[in-house]
Parts: sequence; structure tokens; C-alpha cells
Amino acid sequence: MAGNRYSRRDFIRMASVAALSGFGLSGVSCKKADLEEFLQKHYLEMTEEDKKRTIKRLEEKYLKKYGKQFTISTQGAKPGTLWGYGLDLSRCIGCRRCVYGCVKENNHSRYNPQLHWIRVLRLPEGSLINLENAEHYYDPALVPEPGYVYMPVQCQHCENPPCVKVCPVHATWKEPDGLVVVDYNWCIGCRYCIAACPYKGRVFNWAEPNIPAEELNTAVHYLGNRPRYKNVVDKCTFCVQRVRQGRYPACVEACPTGTRKFGNLLDPNSEIRYLIDHKRVFRMKEDLNTEPKFYYFFGL
Amino acid sequence: MYYSKQQDVCLERVNMRRIVLLSFLLSLFVFCWVLDGRAKEEDFPVPRPPFSEGIFPCSNCHAGMEANTKRRELKEEHTNIQLKHGSVSRWCLDCHDATNRDMLKLASGEHIDFSHSYELCGQCHGPTYRDWKVGVHGKRIGYFDGGPRTYFLCVNCHNPHDPKFKPIKPEPPPFKPLYKYNPAARSGK
Repeated sequence: MAGNRYSRRDFIRMASVAALSGFGLSGVSCKKADLEEFLQKHYLEMTEEDKKRTIKRLEEKYLKKYGKQFTISTQGAKPGTLWGYGLDLSRCIGCRRCVYGCVKENNHSRYNPQLHWIRVLRLPEGSLINLENAEHYYDPALVPEPGYVYMPVQCQHCENPPCVKVCPVHATWKEPDGLVVVDYNWCIGCRYCIAACPYKGRVFNWAEPNIPAEELNTAVHYLGNRPRYKNVVDKCTFCVQRVRQGRYPACVEACPTGTRKFGNLLDPNSEIRYLIDHKRVFRMKEDLNTEPKFYYFFGL
Repeated sequence: MYYSKQQDVCLERVNMRRIVLLSFLLSLFVFCWVLDGRAKEEDFPVPRPPFSEGIFPCSNCHAGMEANTKRRELKEEHTNIQLKHGSVSRWCLDCHDATNRDMLKLASGEHIDFSHSYELCGQCHGPTYRDWKVGVHGKRIGYFDGGPRTYFLCVNCHNPHDPKFKPIKPEPPPFKPLYKYNPAARSGK
């Protein structure tokens, strides 16, 4: 074996030196913030100290990118809350005010790509459960149109969410107050969750978001409406930044007909509990055992 | 001795009567108070009623006028109001008051402020009023917990003279996938 110029030990030594120097070089060429972002922990594993540092770094990053000072909240779930949503199908007129109210509140990309968290389905009257008849590109001069009903669909915040089960890196999870959220810094963009969701509740950032600077909402939550990145999945959070402060979600406030209701399912005096107790209620695709916390009801 | 005993009994009787009368009056007062409390509706955080511009207070014009309580078609003033709300059985002075123009009138004759108009609507629309009070009918904005909130009045969404909700223009539909990267193509340009 005298012909062998390198022993195994030599090989390992050289390889590790090369790897180290490569890593060191890349560390020099990339900025400290980028490295920190790369080495950032999973949100649920962060200590308070880690969170503070991450928030500070993100605020600086957003300030540089968008020219505006963001306030990123990491407010946790309030004990004793489980958020539920009610939507009155006898009153929805399909005007899509909720869709654009959501776009503004939650810093969606406006075009290239255009992302919406709410999809308003139009169905022929009397065929509410035949979703294959649904159309969401309808564009009449006036709504409601005779002979049609409208059914807005967004993330249903399932108690048994299939999207969470399929995530290979646990970048999405259910919070203690029932909200299904995404850590945009942990998401690898594999889109398994989009395939798993039976409600088409998730969207993908195919490119860097396009948000007009003057329309940016700077009051954001880490798990909610902060501007997203290219190649991450996002979804409705019931406006986590609002509801944890006790405010109605943006879609509730945008609706001109009072179709949308929101409240704490654990509070027997809440609006949502009243409508579940007193109105005819159903949940979408109940047979899939996803246990949505989004209740469609008939006020009339 | 005998006389004074009789006097004592007499006094006792008078005292008893007084006590009975007093307690009766007291219970009557409490009863009325409870009834009164029941009749009063609680206050809700409502916005200012949507008056047409320059029309309120009504007494600005009506102050010097004599009230004509005869049911008729108004030809000179308020001609823009077409009553499409039970117009066969109802007219202006069923809800507006002839003596106090700046108030509304309940069926009982009680006067209420315009900001309490939900009581007036609730006289006929009972189930809707019940739903509105718990927040299942109508619109609420602001904080549901720990902050200021606004409950929209019936008349913020429904014109009381013509309450049916009018069709509105919808916001634009989402881009079709084909045009996702080319929004200009959507309009055919």
C-alpha cells in the first residue's frame, strides 16, 4: 500500500479543513444578520431572550426593506380562549369587501403573485353542498345576483388540522387558543400542507411579495401579518394580531352586512356560542373529521 | 284603669294600621321601581344616527309650525322620502312625534331619542331585535373584549323608510391562474 498517497486520516483532515475554511469564508461574505437568520431557532423553541433578539433583527430588516418601522408582537394565547368564527349564509351578498379588508390588514402581496386568504364561492341557489358547482371568479355589475348564494371560505382553524400533520419540519402548528399558525422563517416551502388542506385555506408566495409602501400595516404579529418571504406558505390567522388584544378580525369589520361573527368558544356569553346554541349551524366537510372552528349558520 | 287599657288597645290598632299602610306603600314603590327598570332598555354603544345632512334637529323648521296629524301625502317637504316600509298601515307620525319633533315615539306613547331607535324597530321586529342585542344580527366593530366598541344601529344599514338592503358593486375577482404573473392581461390589454 506504499503507492497510496493519502491515508484515510489525511483525507478526513483535509476535507474538514476545506469545509471549515469554506464555512468561514461564507461567514465573512454574508452579513451577521443573515447568519443569525439562518441559525434562528424554531419559534416554539425560542426563549423570551431569543424572541426579543429575533424581533429586533426582523424590525431592522423590515425597516431597511420597506422603509417603515414595524412593531412585531409575540403576544401569546390568552388562557381560557378558543377562537371560533361564525358566518351567516343568509346574509352574505358576495361583495368581497372581506377579501380586500383582509389583504390590507394582513400585508398580502397585491400582484405577482396576488394572494388572498378568503375565497368567496358563488353557488346556484339550492345546491349549497355541491361544491363542484362553485365559481369564485364571478364578476357581475351588482351583487347579490338572483338565483345564487355566496359562501366565503378561508382557513377553518380545524381542531384536527391535516395541514399540521403533514408538515415535515413542524413549521405550522395549532396554538393553545386554537389558531393554526405558520412560522414563516421555518417553512421550507414544500407545500405539503396546501395539498393536505381540504378547504384550499393556504396560499404560497411564489415570489417576493409586492406591497405598496403606503398601504403597509406596521402593527404586526410574528405568527400573523408580518410581510412574508418568497417560497413560504401563509394562511388566515383569524387576525392573530387583533384577536389576542380583544379586537374583531379585519374581515368582520369590513363586512357591510354583518355576516361575520367572532368570539370565544369557551365563553358561554359570547356571540359565537349564542349562534351555535340558537341557529341552524353546519361546518364545512364535517365528514372529514377535521373539526373546524368555522361555523356557517343561517340567521333567517 | 279600664279606660286607659282601652286607650292602649286603640293606640295599638292605630299603630298596626300605620305599619300595614306603610309597608303596603313601600311594596308598591318597590314593585313600580322593578317594573320601571324592566321597561327601560339597556344602553348600547351606538354611533350617531345617519341623519340626512342639515336635517337635524327637526325642530329648527318645525318649531313654529302647527302639527297636522291628518294622514296625507307630503307634497311640499320631505318629497324624497318614499315610504316602502309597511306603507299601507303606517305613516310619519306612527314613529315620529308630533309634539316633540326631535324625538321618536313608541307605540306606548313614550318618547325616545334617535340614538335609541332600536327600541322602536324592536316593537315589530322582535326576533331580529333579540338577535341584535346579543350581536348575532347586525354589525359590531372595535374590541369585543377590553376596549371601546361600536354596535351599528338598525338604521346604519337599513334606511328606515325603505329598509331592504340594496345591491352593491362587488370588489374585483381574483386573477385567474393563467394571468397570475400578468395582471394587465386580465383586462384584455
